[in-house]
Amino acid sequence: MTHAASAAAHHTSLGLDSRKMAFWAFIGSECLLFTSLISTYLVYKGKSVVGPYPHEILNIPFTSVSTFDLLMSSLMMVLALAAVQRGDMRWGKIWLFSTALLGLVFLGGQVIEFTEFVHKGLTLQTNLFGCTFFVLTGTHGAHVSVGVLWLLTLWVRALQGKLTQANAMTVEITGLYWHFVDVVWIVIFTVVYLIQ
Amino acid sequence: MKSWLTTTDHKRIGLLYFFTAFAFFLIGGIEALVIRAQLAQPNGHLVTAETYNQLFTMHGTTMVFLALMPLSASFFNYIVPLQIGARDVAFPRLNAFSYWVFLLGGLFLNASWLVGPLFHAGTLNVAPDGGWFGYANLTERQFSPGPNIDFWLLGLQILGISSLAAGFNFIVTILNLRAPGMRMMRVPAFTWMTLVTQFLVITAFPVITVGLAFLMFDRFFGAHFYVHEAGATPILWQHLFWLFGHPEVYILILPAMGIVSDVLPTFARKPLFGYTVVVYSGVLIGFMGWGVWSHHMFSVGLGPIADSVFSATTMLIAVPTGVKIFNWIATLWGGDIRGTTALHFAVGFIAMFIIGGLSGVTHASPPTDLQQTDTYYVVAHIHYVLFGGTIMGLFAGIYYWWPKMTGRLLSETLGKWHFWLQFVGMNLAFFPMHFIGLLGMPRRVYTYSPELGVSDLNLLSTIGAFLIALSIFVFLVNLLRTRTHGQRAGNDPWGGATLEWSIASPPPVYNFSVIPTVANRLPRWKTEHHEPMRDPPATPPAPIHVPGGSWWPMLAAFGLPILALAPLTHTLWLALVGAAVLLAGIYLWAFEPFEV
Repeated sequence: MTHAASAAAHHTSLGLDSRKMAFWAFIGSECLLFTSLISTYLVYKGKSVVGPYPHEILNIPFTSVSTFDLLMSSLMMVLALAAVQRGDMRWGKIWLFSTALLGLVFLGGQVIEFTEFVHKGLTLQTNLFGCTFFVLTGTHGAHVSVGVLWLLTLWVRALQGKLTQANAMTVEITGLYWHFVDVVWIVIFTVVYLIQ
Repeated sequence: MKSWLTTTDHKRIGLLYFFTAFAFFLIGGIEALVIRAQLAQPNGHLVTAETYNQLFTMHGTTMVFLALMPLSASFFNYIVPLQIGARDVAFPRLNAFSYWVFLLGGLFLNASWLVGPLFHAGTLNVAPDGGWFGYANLTERQFSPGPNIDFWLLGLQILGISSLAAGFNFIVTILNLRAPGMRMMRVPAFTWMTLVTQFLVITAFPVITVGLAFLMFDRFFGAHFYVHEAGATPILWQHLFWLFGHPEVYILILPAMGIVSDVLPTFARKPLFGYTVVVYSGVLIGFMGWGVWSHHMFSVGLGPIADSVFSATTMLIAVPTGVKIFNWIATLWGGDIRGTTALHFAVGFIAMFIIGGLSGVTHASPPTDLQQTDTYYVVAHIHYVLFGGTIMGLFAGIYYWWPKMTGRLLSETLGKWHFWLQFVGMNLAFFPMHFIGLLGMPRRVYTYSPELGVSDLNLLSTIGAFLIALSIFVFLVNLLRTRTHGQRAGNDPWGGATLEWSIASPPPVYNFSVIPTVANRLPRWKTEHHEPMRDPPATPPAPIHVPGGSWWPMLAAFGLPILALAPLTHTLWLALVGAAVLLAGIYLWAFEPFEV
């Protein structure tokens, strides 16, 4: 894998790693996915015919904390990549695990938030706010879950000694995904929570 | 057998795409024949209204997603790596995954014809019946309680994954795997149009994915995305669908335009006239294809401003298309023309596409469009564009590249029979539909009364449809005959200018014994500026590493239809099994030693 990756990097027409380029294309595609979801949220904003309505139920302080948590996970990701790139696998492992852990904390926050909303009477079936809110944030949560699984996989590979400096590109691509998911959350947090 | 199941060779995957897509093309064609037989006479009673709804829905869905797109994909797979001087695509296993997902998604959709009894209904009762466009809120559980729409929406979600995976793969392949010297403005027109198409795929498919996900939540989990009573607007579906659907039109036509742009120069012995303009027009069409979707929605009543804007953009997008048509005609002009079957189809493409393009411009004007909406006039238009355009273009590609793919030339005599039967047949089938529509016959209605005065025209159209079927039969005879009787093609039966003709037919598994260095746009032709390149030697001077096969892309692909069965049958454990299979496939794939 290492050999193939470095060979591929040397022979590409644009001098860019093929996997990295594919991932940028994937992120471009994902932008359209989230744009469609966020646009739908905006189009249906204020169109619910029954409550609960956003201002009655959204908990900005609580979500601010999980937003901060996710932002910090991006910092951990940067540190993880830096460590792997300089060959420091001890810190590489620590930062990879921290990134995944903060991702898990974010997901935990989402579980608490969703449970609370359901208790307050907001479900997927309640109104348009419920539909658009749960599907938008749920899709984002699914992306975070995939990211956590991915990071934990890298962490286990690192523990086994199979992830080394030579795989820095793999970690970099994971980071691209993780930062993208983080940026999407910033947009969702702004559009759904802050601008009511 | 095993080597085909595990193959990651782009050429084999290209052939798999071809035969699978052609089988679906025949199924979609049979559906069309039943429709035409039903409409041959007024008050026809060959099929019931319910069966008719399933027939036109499955005909449209099959032709768009299971026939035309994957037939183009078979050429992306087979030809693009050869045209850019590569040994394979960038991600060979992802390519295999795309194929298996496509096959399984197609089987999933078509299983709906047969599995009615499992849902306590008859066979021919649970196939999708909401139109290929599946307009909300007809597709809601309240109005479509059966599993019909479930098959449709889950099948399309599966197929979308196949297209997206292929999209990323080919973008990277074309941008990153070009031979030395193969600058972007030296890339053959077909490969260029493939690139534009893949950009449209990766941007358009997420939008329909979201639209279908909303429908899924509505149907399975009681959400209200398209439910009017909850304050939602079904128009949201129309926007999401056509935001995807109009780029999809260009996803269907751009590859055919690319094929024709390669076929014409070869058989006119002239470089493509205005190559740069043809490429830029293709890119411009790709961009503008995103700004015209609401012309499918004039009858919604979006207001004068939206109508005017979309009317203007729709007329504008005809400009780059017209530019291409003039370039093709100018390529033929003064050329040393050889009237091969491939050239017949390419010229047929231009002529038919002009007719389809002209009727398309008439839809661009909202007042006329309102007269045409939901009538057979629109059916005439899309068939001139997608049959006269895409299918004619694809057949040009088949006659042109079949010798490269199999080593044997298709019979020119049978080919000409095929062309003329199809050409006459399609005009007989689709031209009268313009009049049938303007005289007031609505589309998607299973019969009509003799008082409407369209009975003779409909009979003519049905005769045309059966002529097309005859032409396809001739083509199949030609394919079969060529297996044993076809003339050997040699490396280059046509005197082509591009790299795929510099190697054996069919090419060895490694494609190029030595990766060529490209010095100009027409490497194999002698022009006033340069000598032709030397073809790579028949045997490689050094051993070439060829990646082995892999089972895991197929395993991962199997996870998707299992996942889709879960909501269809309301069985939770199937979802867990599907997810487990998908994950197992992905992990085994990721950790498998595989050197490209």
